[in-house]
Amino acid sequence: MIGAGKIKQYANVLDKPLSRGRQEVSLSAFAFLFSELVQYNQTRVDNIAELERRLEDAGYAVGARVLELLCHREKGNRRETRLLGILSFVHSTVWKVLFGKVADSLEKGTEHEDEYMISEKELLVNRFISIPKDMGTFNCGAFVAGIVKVRMGYDLAVFHWLFVTSISSNWPKLNKLLFLEKGVLDGAGFPAVVTAHFVPVEGQHRPRTTILIKFAEEVLQREARLG
Amino acid sequence: MAPLAPRTGDAVFANVERVNAELFTLTYGAIVRQLLTDLEEVEEVNKQLDQMGYNIGVRLIDEFLAKSGVSSCVDFRETADVIAKVGFKMFLGVTASVTNWDAEGTSCSLVLDDNPLVDFVELPDTCQGLYYCNILSGVIRGALEMVSMKTEVTWIRDMLHGDDAYELRVKLLKQVPEEYPYKDDE
Repeated sequence: MIGAGKIKQYANVLDKPLSRGRQEVSLSAFAFLFSELVQYNQTRVDNIAELERRLEDAGYAVGARVLELLCHREKGNRRETRLLGILSFVHSTVWKVLFGKVADSLEKGTEHEDEYMISEKELLVNRFISIPKDMGTFNCGAFVAGIVKVRMGYDLAVFHWLFVTSISSNWPKLNKLLFLEKGVLDGAGFPAVVTAHFVPVEGQHRPRTTILIKFAEEVLQREARLG
Repeated sequence: MAPLAPRTGDAVFANVERVNAELFTLTYGAIVRQLLTDLEEVEEVNKQLDQMGYNIGVRLIDEFLAKSGVSSCVDFRETADVIAKVGFKMFLGVTASVTNWDAEGTSCSLVLDDNPLVDFVELPDTCQGLYYCNILSGVIRGALEMVSMKTEVTWIRDMLHGDDAYELRVKLLKQVPEEYPYKDDE
């Protein structure tokens, strides 16, 4: 049960049994909360880029926790190590848990090898949002981009760690690499840049939202090595 | 159109669109964390959370009245009951119980058994003065103000501070009489 099983107290938050994630709140409750998040952040910034970055940060904080939760609950502590595996995991499992459905589409960029796109006709966070004209390309999907970013960063870092430790197993090095893994989780040395964009769709009143994932070069090299 | 008959909290909740509570919980956590980083002082964070709640409450009451079919309450007792049984259920999927009425019937406690805001949360020593769920008190205050009731909402018990439940004290300060005729534009 989510929400602290009925007045039962635990000494430590980690002693609580893991919720099964079935509990729900109303969509409006989330929309109200999200709107406050955006409005508050608007008061702290001077421009759109900064606002998107701050939303992304908030999403990143959510993503880090969702990642841990899902790895325990949905995947029996296993993580994806391959590029496509991770992408489809985000597209289906993560999306399903967070937004109640798999994402509308997952595509590979046609112009660049290192780009992938997850698209959603009506992204939950953009549902009740209309962007004023003077805010140009601002997209609240930045929040979701933050969530995705963490997933990419962490999974690949762990993968990287496994890969390197399999060829060298001496302890000092191992510790150093564990440190690296933590660093990536904290946001340093990201192997992917994730951004949110509006894409107009013909015959549709509202544009769809596309989350663009651009992997760092070393990721693709690694992937190529693995064949 | 005839006014809708009042509906139970369960019935309303079953009919609204819903999202995963974890997304909600973690997003709220991200907000609190952002506030703590930005404002540094725990007191300021409490204030800001209350303000955010107030902003939400002011808007949320419209949806509440539209979807629940609740009409004017005869007294504050009924109001408190409606908040606990329909309001909380409709938005957060949980119910509260109303207890500890004072003799005049102007202040009572809302006790929450289950609170989706606090899942995965533990307060570090540096945040002991933080009312993590302060947004809720703001929501109630804001919503009631829109239906002509000035209230004061404070936390009495908080499980994050080691108490055995979440208890909100709601005190009716003043009931602003409604003015007739309404100054509508139409």
